[in-house]
Amino acid sequence: MAQNVQRSEPVRVSQHPEVFAGIDRLKLERSLRRPRTLLNAALSWVVAGMTMLALIPLFSVLWMLVKHGIKRVSWESLTSTPPAPLEAGGGFGNAIVGTLVMVGLAALITVPVGVLTAVFLSQAEPENRLAQVVRFAAKVLTGFPSILAGVFAYGAVVLATGSFSAWGGAAGLAILMLPTIMLTSEDALRMVPSKMRDAAIGMGATSTQTAWLVLLPTAVPGIATGVMLALARAAGETAPLLFTALFSHYWIVSQGHLQLTQPTASLAVLIYNFAGVPFDNQLELAWAAALVLVLLVLVVNLLGQRLAARRVE
Amino acid sequence: MSQLMPHAVTAPTVPVQDPFDAADGRGVARPPSSAQRWVDRSFRGLCRGFAWLCALFVAYIVLEIAWKATPAMSRLGVGFLTGTTWDPNQEQYSILPEIWGTLYSSVLALIISTFFGVAVALFLAEGFLADGLTTLLDRLGLHSPFWSRIPDAAERVLRNLIELLAAIPSVVYGLWGLFVVIPALRAPAAWLHEEFGSFSLFSTPLSGPGMLPAVIVLSIMLLPTITALSRGALIAVPPKLRMAAYGLGATRWETIFAVNLPTAARGIFGALVLAFGRALGETMALAMLVGNANRISVSLFSPANTLAALLANSFPEAGPKEITVLMYAALVLLAITLVVNILGSALLNRASRGMEGLH
Repeated sequence: MAQNVQRSEPVRVSQHPEVFAGIDRLKLERSLRRPRTLLNAALSWVVAGMTMLALIPLFSVLWMLVKHGIKRVSWESLTSTPPAPLEAGGGFGNAIVGTLVMVGLAALITVPVGVLTAVFLSQAEPENRLAQVVRFAAKVLTGFPSILAGVFAYGAVVLATGSFSAWGGAAGLAILMLPTIMLTSEDALRMVPSKMRDAAIGMGATSTQTAWLVLLPTAVPGIATGVMLALARAAGETAPLLFTALFSHYWIVSQGHLQLTQPTASLAVLIYNFAGVPFDNQLELAWAAALVLVLLVLVVNLLGQRLAARRVE
Repeated sequence: MSQLMPHAVTAPTVPVQDPFDAADGRGVARPPSSAQRWVDRSFRGLCRGFAWLCALFVAYIVLEIAWKATPAMSRLGVGFLTGTTWDPNQEQYSILPEIWGTLYSSVLALIISTFFGVAVALFLAEGFLADGLTTLLDRLGLHSPFWSRIPDAAERVLRNLIELLAAIPSVVYGLWGLFVVIPALRAPAAWLHEEFGSFSLFSTPLSGPGMLPAVIVLSIMLLPTITALSRGALIAVPPKLRMAAYGLGATRWETIFAVNLPTAARGIFGALVLAFGRALGETMALAMLVGNANRISVSLFSPANTLAALLANSFPEAGPKEITVLMYAALVLLAITLVVNILGSALLNRASRGMEGLH
């Protein structure tokens, strides 16, 4: 029992059957006629009911996505470009590619920066001023409104280069991905048992060798989880892309070149644009694109959680 | 130890290999060569450089927005924050209705999701589901290892489902709000307006997008944040406090109200402030559902606007002059969210430090 009390999780019947070993719990008396116990039971049911109520939106969203989206998820819609108003058919293939390219670009920027900064943070002394400033900056970015990431990318990339571009969108997404990657990587690096680090240093390894040969390989599952979560979040973001990448009815690859300095389509912006038009074809495509986007986000999220489960204890 | 056992400290009889003696090739450990030391220094410099980059980058973001906003700031001054017109043709700009809409929608959504979020957090943290299922399985007489794993698994599934709410993109919530929430609200809203139209909350009819659908969807989006952080705060309540309350004969809910909630109060409050910060900056769902009307009204059914929605809707079509005005609005939003977020994380920090002495 002494060990159980030390744990921070509350003691539960389900986890500690031995506590109630000598007691037949079903025969314990509990009269609902007393106000105390009645209130106790009533509140328990109220909380259970509120929890179920809170889950209704989730199932409603998923149900609507499947109901409205599934009929237009086809090879045609996955591989063709968006239709013009009143045109039949069409799809959102270019938007899928655009989303992947911009999220990929953002990851290309943020993963090295985030992970190396995390290496610095995890090795810094607790009272290191720079580390404190960087952590504060990361916290500020964690709560940064996504629309402001777009505003910044517009000012720093679109105005500076003079055109809407995939780079602008990627810059906006990168701002939102950076804190997640940095903070989860730092956590993962700190979770590496200190005896492994001490052993490496005791063998005469420099802190660079310790980082590359011991810390980073051990922390890879945790870092990958952070990257996955950041990717999933970025893939669903609309606000940073609205007026940086804008939208496009064409493929991002034309004449064999990746056009990163042109307006670029993305799933999220396509949903937003098509949700506001009065044409049935576009609305159906918006639902189908939403279904594809949610599946994409969920798959990446689940992959991340799988990786987290394999983390070194 | 060495005073108690002086004989334990004797010279080793077996000659020990000098760990730094690498000359014979048998030593495992050796000091780094000068090249390795150079690599080490430059790699550490690189990491330090990236850390500086991150810190400076955040400062650059703030300064960039502020700098782009200066033309509008000098032209419009403080009147920008207190006026109520937004007319690009007359070049009259002010954002009091948007500030009002941002705060009003966030406060309402926070009230709703506080009730639900804390309730769900209690349900998850206090093991209602697991204990309930255990009792149920007992009554059914199911005791095999397979069945006894069910309660914990069910709780984990429930926790993941709540977290799933956070994974759905904002624009999908907006789409869902347009086609599910608004149609569902039409009838009750019309009835409320007819019967209780004299209350200012219901003083206008719901004509499609408006404050209430936006608030409902926003509160759903805040729920996972509040639940996850509040659950963390509740789980951190030291078990001996609960045990003491149970030992005195308190029921589960008496313990929750008298011990768990007060002890976790700081953490829960920090969670609420952080959720409030999220609500202030939430963009897409609001841009699609709030109605984008430049007006100040307490009516739940009236269309309104928020700062983030204003930016999302006006930016794509804005001319160069309007852009600087929008940058000013962005700066105002930035200032509000920064203050709220810094406050929230400071509160959460203090809450976790306050728990340390109790364990």
